[in-house]
Amino acid sequence: MIEGILIGLETAFSLKNLMMVMIGCFSGTIIGMLPGLGPMTAIALMIPITYGFEPSTGLILMAGVYYGAVFGGSTSSILINAPGIPGTVATSFDGYPMAQQGKAGKALAIAAYSSFAGGTIAAIFLLIAAPSLSKVSLAFRSPDYFGLMILGLTAVSAFSAKGHFLKAMMMVVLGLMLASVGQDTLSDIPRFTFQNMNLSDGISFVLVVMATFAMSEALTIIFKANDPTRVAKQISLSQLGSIKLDKIETKKMVTTIPRSSVLGFIIGVLPGAGSTIASFLAYGMERNFVNDEEKQKFGKGSVNGLAAPETANNAACSGSFVPLLTLGIPGSGTTAVMLGALLGFGIQPGPRLYQTNPEIFWSVIMSMYIGMVILLILNLPLIPYIARVLATPRTFLIPLILFFSVTGIYLMSFNNFDIYLMIGIAVLATILRLYDFPMPPLILAFVLGGLMEENLRRSLLISDGSWSFLWDRPLTIVIMTVIVLIVLWQCIKSFKTKIG
Amino acid sequence: MKISPSKIISLLFFIFSGFYLYTAHQIQVFTFDENAAFNAKTFPIYLGYAGLIFSALYVLLPETRPSNVDLTVLDYKKTITLVILMILYGLTILRVGYFLSTSIFLVLSYIVLGERKWLWIFLLSFPFVAIFMYLLHGLLNIYLRDPFLQYIGIMG
Repeated sequence: MIEGILIGLETAFSLKNLMMVMIGCFSGTIIGMLPGLGPMTAIALMIPITYGFEPSTGLILMAGVYYGAVFGGSTSSILINAPGIPGTVATSFDGYPMAQQGKAGKALAIAAYSSFAGGTIAAIFLLIAAPSLSKVSLAFRSPDYFGLMILGLTAVSAFSAKGHFLKAMMMVVLGLMLASVGQDTLSDIPRFTFQNMNLSDGISFVLVVMATFAMSEALTIIFKANDPTRVAKQISLSQLGSIKLDKIETKKMVTTIPRSSVLGFIIGVLPGAGSTIASFLAYGMERNFVNDEEKQKFGKGSVNGLAAPETANNAACSGSFVPLLTLGIPGSGTTAVMLGALLGFGIQPGPRLYQTNPEIFWSVIMSMYIGMVILLILNLPLIPYIARVLATPRTFLIPLILFFSVTGIYLMSFNNFDIYLMIGIAVLATILRLYDFPMPPLILAFVLGGLMEENLRRSLLISDGSWSFLWDRPLTIVIMTVIVLIVLWQCIKSFKTKIG
Repeated sequence: MKISPSKIISLLFFIFSGFYLYTAHQIQVFTFDENAAFNAKTFPIYLGYAGLIFSALYVLLPETRPSNVDLTVLDYKKTITLVILMILYGLTILRVGYFLSTSIFLVLSYIVLGERKWLWIFLLSFPFVAIFMYLLHGLLNIYLRDPFLQYIGIMG
């Protein structure tokens, strides 16, 4: 292993590869900041460029783009409440309210430090435990994955909906319904397409996230422009805050980062789970760990509420490389794109990658850490400049958000239908938001819809149509018990509120 | 009896779930798959029932945290105008081209929202879109259909 690490260091520290990490991180941050262009798009754009390089250099460039885009996504989540990727949706819960309170600089600094710490801790985990951790993910079966996804959706509905649990559950169902549009993955049978060819491939994630977050947020700002409470929020948007953190804030982060890193990394290792579930679960977990006073601040600009998902999503990014590098199974959509690039280089990732291409395996792990350092050095000094986006008057900012949203979806499909569908979903989301129907559960359900159906299909086929798979395995029982406890807790809470 | 807007939305969601469930039952599956433990309509059917249950619960149970929205302070005029502008933008983007339709959409949106700094309105529309297009088309090689620019000979 030591020999492998040394080979990795030598490869990663070559001038060319250092340049690639820097270019990757910088371009990833810029692309990730643009609503609609997430890491998958950024990496996909890089694939043709990487074919001119050696495999290790190409992979290092893509890893840099990945981390940069995740950080860039957090930036747009915090500044304009437009998460470019599902993994940064939870960041907006507390990051955006913080920006509205005039602490945009501080929120971005917390995001940068948390990303760095989460990524660094996870890179160390990856270095030490990559071979053995792959065995943990192998222990999970389809019923466990199905249970884990229900747990994620229930947790998000319980924790992010601010007391509107039933409304959040309706949004979960709506998200799953939207995800079911298009051809069935196994049989190719069209569902809910109403003989419209534009719907046969389903509704794109970017379309739904742009409509429910960026576009609907922009419309809500205009819709509530005359609301006295809203006007106050808009004034604070133009104030740029300091990036310096005080002792209390640092102390809060110090306690949050280690537990969120561990959780993020473990979730990241599980194929399919990825940074989205990690960030949502970390957010929920953190809310349970903090005291009652801090708990009240969640959703209103809590330091813990921002640091937890930011740490976890970066840790999960590192974790998602474990199944990719050791099993050849992508842990997320982004690593799936990277797998495609690796196969293009003629490299088959898997347990034998250590022996056949040690320089690739270890240099990628080393580059992750270097990428983290570069990201911190690059992004922290730029934070005051990035935060100036907030100083843009609302009369310019709103049309520009709408323009980026429409462009983002137009670049993906080049047809009018998707633009109309996005406008329709945005109008619906604006009305729903007005009456406190939360959007994050809808987004998470939409992302997980396909995977949930796939795992339910496998589970039901294995158990011959019986739902006994939910209590057949100890791991599934544990997950299901947690779900039941969350639902019971919500029922008791609602009952107490009504009585009180 | 006064019914809250949240309950009306839930009632509409109940009707939508019923329609979704009906459509799910209409999905044509292969004959050999008809009696399988899981086929293309199994998951949507469960979703339809879940939608009916959650929305019915919300309609029937008393509200613990009613949402109070003052409808009189909402700016309907600007919001609806922006939505119409977006629909027109979507209608013209393929026919007129990306550059002209985007620039005009931005100019009109700035004006609708009350902006009157004409220099900034110009800078953040035509030149801004031109630079953005150059980044996408020129540097990232992302093709953008533009009949207008082709007609005046700027784009090949």
